Amino acid sequence: MHELGIVFSIIKQVDGIAKKNNASSVKEVTLEIGEVSGIVPKYLTDCWKWAVDNRSEYMKGCELKIIPIKAKSFCESCEQSYDTVTYGKICPYCKSEKTYLLVGKDATIKNIGVTGI
Amino acid sequence: MQEVKVIEIKKSIFNANEIDADNLRKELKEKKVFLLNLMSSPGAGKTTTLIKLINNLKKDLKIAVMEADIDSDVDAIKIFEGTGVKAIQLHTGGMCHLDAEMTKQGLDNLELDVDLVILENVGNLVCPAEFDTGACKNMMILSVPEGDDKPLKYPLMFQVCDIVAINKIDCMEMFDFDLDRVKGYIKQRNERAEIYPICAKDGRGIDELANKIRREIKEWRK
Repeated sequence: MHELGIVFSIIKQVDGIAKKNNASSVKEVTLEIGEVSGIVPKYLTDCWKWAVDNRSEYMKGCELKIIPIKAKSFCESCEQSYDTVTYGKICPYCKSEKTYLLVGKDATIKNIGVTGI
Repeated sequence: MQEVKVIEIKKSIFNANEIDADNLRKELKEKKVFLLNLMSSPGAGKTTTLIKLINNLKKDLKIAVMEADIDSDVDAIKIFEGTGVKAIQLHTGGMCHLDAEMTKQGLDNLELDVDLVILENVGNLVCPAEFDTGACKNMMILSVPEGDDKPLKYPLMFQVCDIVAINKIDCMEMFDFDLDRVKGYIKQRNERAEIYPICAKDGRGIDELANKIRREIKEWRK
């Protein structure tokens, strides 16, 4: 559900970039997906197969590659970083709640592989 | 075999939506229209609260409502019958949230000669929080039967909301709901959130909530 909307948005962006570069097709798209981005890679892949064949002339059969990015948080009290998914909001070293997410929230299109340029 | 060339992009997936959302906010600012994005779980009392709120606000403001649901138009009809204000129904076609582009399409179907548009988002505490709709402010309703631990389980929803209404306070005792505890949990996630305990059924707290929205509209038009 959620992932389908994201796939459409990726296709729209990639399609635009392919057109701008006068590419004849897009063969692969590589994404970096943060662990706490809210995107489930498996669902994304499932939607992808259907969507690329139906939503873009440039992207029929285009392969999706996903690089997962580990989520890390930083503790302002003891100035150490830790694994967000394991420990959440509370610092495992000093039990402080003054923590924030360093990395892992974002999802980016890293690169695309195109033909014809 | 054709040669495949790699183009480096390094662009956020959520970026396209963020740009759409910022553009929409700019347009709303120019037209002096305040768009409030209202979120909650299914059954928290969004529509009932809205009817009470609108009947209070419509004395001095011109209001329109956009109802987003996966299907059906029961909410749009309920709002129109309960308040007399214009309500349109948006169907997300199976999607669990609204994005800025869908919100814009909905707004284009309304004549924007109003002061306030309330977007009743899809009932869901997860996905709607992740997509900026282009609204000026986000508000959510947490209802007492859902439990006072929800800010811990759905932190993002509480982080993105400027206004949190706690609905159905008439049955706090029945559900062992601790108002101070929930306020603490919300503030821990989001210091700037303003919390309003209400009971949409008997109207308790609605005046305070309506006045808060009036203040936000005034601020937006400055």
